[in-house]
Formats: sequence, C-alpha cells, structure tokens
Amino acid sequence: MNNEYVVKMENITKVFGKVKALDHVEFSLKKGEVHAILGENGAGKSSLMNVLNGIYMPDEGQIEVKGQPVNISSPKIALDLGIGMLPQHYKLVDVFSAMENVAAGSRKTSPFLNKKKILDEMGKLIDQLGMDINPNKKVYEMSVAEKQSLEIFKVLYRGADILILDEPTAVLTPQEINNLFEIVKKMVATGCSVIIITHKLEEVMEISDRITIMRKGTTIQTVNKEETTPQELAGMMVGDVMELNVPYVSVERGQKCLEVKDITAIDRNKVHILDHVSFDLYAGEILGVAGIAGSGQKELCEGIAGLYHIKSGEIIFEGENIVGKNPEKISQMGISLSFVPEDRLGMGLVSSMDIIDNVLLKDYRNKKGLGISREVSRDKAEALVERLNVSTPAIENHAVSLLSGGNIQKVLLGREIELEPKLLVTAYATRGLDVGSSQIIYDLLNEQKVKMKPIMYVGEDLDVLMSLCDRIMVLCEGRVTGIVDPKKTTKEAIGLMMSGVRSEGEEACSIS
Amino acid sequence: MLHIVKKEVPKTREKIIVRLSAVLAALAVASIIVLVAGANPLELYIGIVQGCFGSLYRFAATIEKMVPLLVLSLGVLVAFKMRFWNIGAEGQFLMGAVGTTLVVRLLPDLPLPVMLVLMIIVSFLFGAVWLMIPAFFKARFGTNETLFTLMLNYIALTLVTALQYDFWKDPAANGMPKIANLPENALLPSAGGFNLSILMAVIIVLAMYYFMNRSKIGFEIAVLGESENTARYIGINVTRTIIIAALVSGGLCGMVGMMQTTGVSGALSTEITGGLGFTAIIVAWLSGLKVPFVVVNSFAFAVLLQGASYIQTAFQIPGSVAEMIQAIILFFILGSEFVLQYRLVSDKTKSEVA
Repeated sequence: MNNEYVVKMENITKVFGKVKALDHVEFSLKKGEVHAILGENGAGKSSLMNVLNGIYMPDEGQIEVKGQPVNISSPKIALDLGIGMLPQHYKLVDVFSAMENVAAGSRKTSPFLNKKKILDEMGKLIDQLGMDINPNKKVYEMSVAEKQSLEIFKVLYRGADILILDEPTAVLTPQEINNLFEIVKKMVATGCSVIIITHKLEEVMEISDRITIMRKGTTIQTVNKEETTPQELAGMMVGDVMELNVPYVSVERGQKCLEVKDITAIDRNKVHILDHVSFDLYAGEILGVAGIAGSGQKELCEGIAGLYHIKSGEIIFEGENIVGKNPEKISQMGISLSFVPEDRLGMGLVSSMDIIDNVLLKDYRNKKGLGISREVSRDKAEALVERLNVSTPAIENHAVSLLSGGNIQKVLLGREIELEPKLLVTAYATRGLDVGSSQIIYDLLNEQKVKMKPIMYVGEDLDVLMSLCDRIMVLCEGRVTGIVDPKKTTKEAIGLMMSGVRSEGEEACSIS
Repeated sequence: MLHIVKKEVPKTREKIIVRLSAVLAALAVASIIVLVAGANPLELYIGIVQGCFGSLYRFAATIEKMVPLLVLSLGVLVAFKMRFWNIGAEGQFLMGAVGTTLVVRLLPDLPLPVMLVLMIIVSFLFGAVWLMIPAFFKARFGTNETLFTLMLNYIALTLVTALQYDFWKDPAANGMPKIANLPENALLPSAGGFNLSILMAVIIVLAMYYFMNRSKIGFEIAVLGESENTARYIGINVTRTIIIAALVSGGLCGMVGMMQTTGVSGALSTEITGGLGFTAIIVAWLSGLKVPFVVVNSFAFAVLLQGASYIQTAFQIPGSVAEMIQAIILFFILGSEFVLQYRLVSDKTKSEVA
C-alpha cells in the first residue's frame, strides 16, 4: 500500500427534501487499500457511495478520482473512471449462464457474441482471483454466494479497479464470508482498491486497512485499524447520549402478557433469521427491540402477528399458544401490528387508497352483509385526523401515498390505537419523521403504556430507545444478545451487543 | 443529458386537455393518410360522426358495438383490479358462446325466457371455468396467469374451429363450414335494432359499480391488488378472493359470448369475437380500472368501430385506411399517458428531483 489517493471526496452534501443525508462529508481512498465505512442505519454510508457511483448528484462538494477533479453524473461515467459498485440486490438474468451475464451489457463485446474470447478472458481473471465461478452455470442454479461472486466478477471484468461493496456479508454464511474476504485480499494484491460498507465490527477489524465512521450524515473520523479497538469503534458509531426530548413515563409494570419461548424461523436462504428467541412482555411496559437492520426484527413482528412461519417454539398470549394461528384470528384476539417497512406503505396501509378506505381496512368486516359502509370509517378518519393533527388536504379521494411520511405514520399508528388492541407491536414508528411528528408518536405510545397496554417497540435510534423504553432487547443475526435496562447500561454496551457480543448477566432473570 | 422522471398525479383538468389534444393531433396525422387515400379528411371525419349518430339505425349499430366491449372491459377490470392479468377475455368469450350453443343443441325446444336464462347461466359458467383454471394454478402453484390465460385463448379458438368444421357443422349448409343458426326461440328479442343485451349491459354496469365500490369482496380485491402483504395482514383469505374475482371476471366475459351469439351473429363461429377481448384490455386500462370511465371509453371505441365501418362504404376507401385512423388515435392516446405521468428533466435539475 502506498499513499497515493485514488478517490478524494470533499465537503460532500446531499439533501433530500428537508433531510440532510450527507452533511459536508470527507472521504478518501488510497490505492490498494480496503477501506471500511462503518455506521448505523441511516448514517449516510450508502448515500455517500451512491454519490461516488453517480447515482446521486451531490448538492455541494468536490470529487477527485485518480488526481483528476470529476463530475460523476451516472454509473456509466463512474465505471469509465474505474469505479464499480456491487448492488445490494443482485441484477442478474436468472436463465442466463455466468458467461452470458458477464457478456450482457459489457462494452467489450461486439454485436456478436464471441464466446471463446470471453471465456478465455474470464478464465484468466478467475484464475488470478481464485474465484469459484463456473462460466457455464445458469444463475438460477447458483447459491447466494455464487451470485455475489458473479456480480463482483462482472464489475471487475468491466474494468473497475475501485470496487464498492455495499453490505456484502449480510446474506452470507461465515464460510462464505471467509471466501469473500480471500477474494477481496487477492483483488487488492492486483492493485484494486476496495470500499466495504458494513456495520459488523469483527469484519471491519479483519478485512480493512482504514476505517471511516459515519453518524447521522457526517464523518466522525477516519482511523487506521491498527490504532483502534472494537470498543472505540462502537463508541464512535453510536455517539454520545444526546439530550432528547423523549419523555419516559413511569408506570408500575403489570402482569405478564406475552411470553415468547424459544422461537426459531428460517428465511428463504435457509438462514436462521430467528434463532431460539425468548422474551416476556408485561402490561404497562414498552419493550424496545434494537439491532442492526435485518437482524430478525421484521420476522419477529410478523411471527407474532401470524404472518411469518415460525418453525419451532411457542408464543403464549392470554394462556394460548398462537403459533400457527392465521393472521385474522390473531388480530381478532387483540394483537395489533403496525409495522412500517422501508417503503412505509408495504404493510398495514394501502398506498393508493384514501384515509377513509385505510381506516375501513380494519373495520369493514364488522358490518353484516355483503356490502361495506364508509360512514363509520369516515367519522373515525375525521376523528383521527383531528386528534393526531394529520395534515392532509382531504380524507377522501386523496391517496395516503401523497401524504408526507410523518402523516402516513400517524394514520397507521392512530388507526391501530383506535382499535384498542390488547398488544401493540410497532416497528420503526418514527422512521423519517421530523422532531414534532416523532413527539406525537412517543406521546401516543406513552399514553397506551399508561393504560397498561403491553407495547413492543422496534426502533433504530438508540437514543430514543434508551429514553423511551423500560427494557431493551438486542437482536443480532436472529439471536437475542441481551435484554437490558437502559438506565443501567451504556450505548456502547448496546452497540457491542448489536454487533454480536453477548451481554453478561444483566436482567438475566427475564431471559431464563 | 435528459432523464425521465415520474411526476405528480396530474389534475383532472390537465388530463382532459392532454387527452383531447392527443385526439386532435391524431386526427391531424391521420389526415395525411386520408389525403393519400384520396378523400377529404374533414368530410371523412364528419362522415364518422354521421355514421355513428346520423340515424336511429346507425346509432343502434354503434350501441350494438359498444355493448360487448363494455361487458368484456368490466370483466377484465375485475381481474386487473387484483393485478391478475387476464389476457384471456377472447377465450372466455368464445367458451361462453360455446356454452350458449350447447344449451340450444341439448334442449332446442325450451320456451324463449327459460332458454335465455339458462343460456346466461351456462355462458357465465363456461367463461368462469375458463378463467378459474389459470386462477387455480396461480393461487395454488404461483403460475404466471398472463401466459396461461393467453394460451387458453388459442385452445378455445381451436375448439370452436373443430366444432365449426366438424362436430357441429351444419349439414344443411351445402358443405360450408358453418354452425347452424340459432332457432327463433333462442334469439334475443329486439326492437328497432336495439336488442335486449343493452338492458343486460345496464344491469351489469350497475351491479359491477356496486361490486367494485360498495361490496366487501370488491374492497378485498382492490386491497389484494395493491398489496398482498396488507391483504394477508388484515386477514383476507387470498386464495378465496382470487377465485371469486376470477369467477366474476371470466363469467362476465363468457356472458358476452351469449349476448353476441343470440343477439348479433345468430350463430357460433370462429370470427365471433372480432378481437374485442383484446380491445377490452385497452379500454379497461385507459379507464383507470374505474367502472364509469369504462362506460365512456367503450362508447368512444364503439364510435371508432362503427365510424370506420360506415366510412368504408360511404367514402369508398379501403377498410385498412379506417383501421389505420383507429390505430393512430389509439397510439396518440396511449402516448399521452406518458406525458401525463412522466416529464423530462436535464441533468442540472436532476438532484432536486431525485
């Protein structure tokens, strides 16, 4: 490794609407290094890399690639400069072979496919990197790891020497991760530079030369691996505890309402997305669930609501095991799920319908006969809009997808609460909301807590989780790495647990 | 460099203006072809209007063309609302017609009212079954309904060909491959060119409006179409909903087979659909899958169809010119959808939009 910089990004700022995704970010990449970008969800890691890859245009800032100031306005231009990004979602043609996928879209090919030439070139590169790619294998026969190798190979084949890997290990088994790292090391040995986005500390320590930590759209620091420790990194990643105006309401906790015993679930890639998860939930408490995105939060919520198949274990609600019951039955028992996925509208709300129809979603069954009546729902919708101060031009003929994120959340959570559920499961309730709207959501949740409702709150912002919740359960790769009292622990400790380090003993009583 | 960016939902006013200008632009372009064909475009366009509304008889002919298209479009709409791409309206139409003819062949002596009711029921069931097959496979095994329904069109068509040329061939037709005309007691009553299928269509429109907008199952179909996750989350029985929607969708298309056989053509034949099953897809889509607009758009299409057939005889221009005018208008209207939904921005403004 030498000190020649192949990428220099200075003062990069990118604003989406009112949100500053990147705020005067500095980043540099040396030739032949593996540079990790570390940060929580929403820290701006992917945004920064999308700027470098020409997907976003920065509002401010300069980029230099190999010493030349450049204006990267499309991924094609990025590739001309030698920058290639491995997409998080693979873009491969299933029915094509590896070779055909490599040839498709490659600018080296003439209008006619010269299979022999491509195979020769592929063969050389495959040997050089020691990759396990069979050029004739069809994509649909490949495992996730093989597809990933192929994507990496595609980028390299097209001449990239600066490779961006966005969370490449999220879908891999430990063995496959080792293989990937071997390839990365060989790539670096041949003169490539690699940027790897991740939030797994152990991987960072294993693979990277330098580490840039990002938080809330800013770069905190760039450090050499030799000069830091996982603890220090975790601390920088989560930041100091901020003074937040998230009110904690003290309530004497009531009886046990939900008992989750040893549940396990398997996802499509045969990975244990929930791995022997056990916890209890009491009346009048908010149980926070923390974890890196994709640690099993979604599956846990959906599992409780009957939407995700639980392979083994029990979920006891009101003395009855609800595993295997259908969602309708579970919702009739009074379990409400308000889950806000990344696109916010994926579940719970129908984006193209207006507020009345979205209220009607949970109501229409109560009316007898074959018809539906919008009158009751109209009243409820009006009440909801007024009580939660939803800003909308109309409750009718105005699709909820046209509302701002905050107002969508209010409609979703408000509707669920109106139904007086016996158990409230809510995920990412304040995602993308401004301070004022978040406040209303916190107040709503606290109000329910005072009414002795058991609440499960899946959140992203540790500061919020720590001030709002009575207990925090930390998930990592589908396992519970600890259930802690936020008043007796630190953010760093939770950050470590999120990265897979198990807590020692705290609140062990409620795990057992 | 220019980029294509999705824009906000346009206002109704903008929609009307854009679509009207699309039609005008289409007529302007079509004029070139009309001139080449040796006719005066303005006179020809006036001729189209006269051909559709010039007399009660011509108006009846327009309505006769509208009715099957309207009912087919409503059938297609139900499935499309659920994002179930029923491309098989042609096949369901044909099967409905087969069912109708079958009733007459098995029970030729029924009194007219009983005959009609029985034919309605049987044609509905035949069409419904033809769509239930792909619906079942979709619900059970996740097969692709687009290809499945499309293929079933050809099976239905080949079946009708076999009936027409062999099994049901009319021995009295002097060797012509044709199926015998229906007897008097199996024809829809009509007066002054308007037959009973108009009344049926009115009832169907009202029923479908209620079904799609005011019924539980219609609401469930719409929710399922928007998001299967949400549908499951609120406890909709997905399989049941798919099956019911397929039943209604296929059934309506099947009923058109009965209406056309007994009301217009008088006999089953391979040409009975006239491609309306495919036109219905365009109508349903252009109407934004809303029942009232389907009525309007089916009428507009019927005007094009009737106008085209009138100007062929009145102006002595080839039928293909009339078809070209139709196609140009359609092309412009479909193109205007792009203008309504997207806009072009240059690189400089891209970041604000992204």
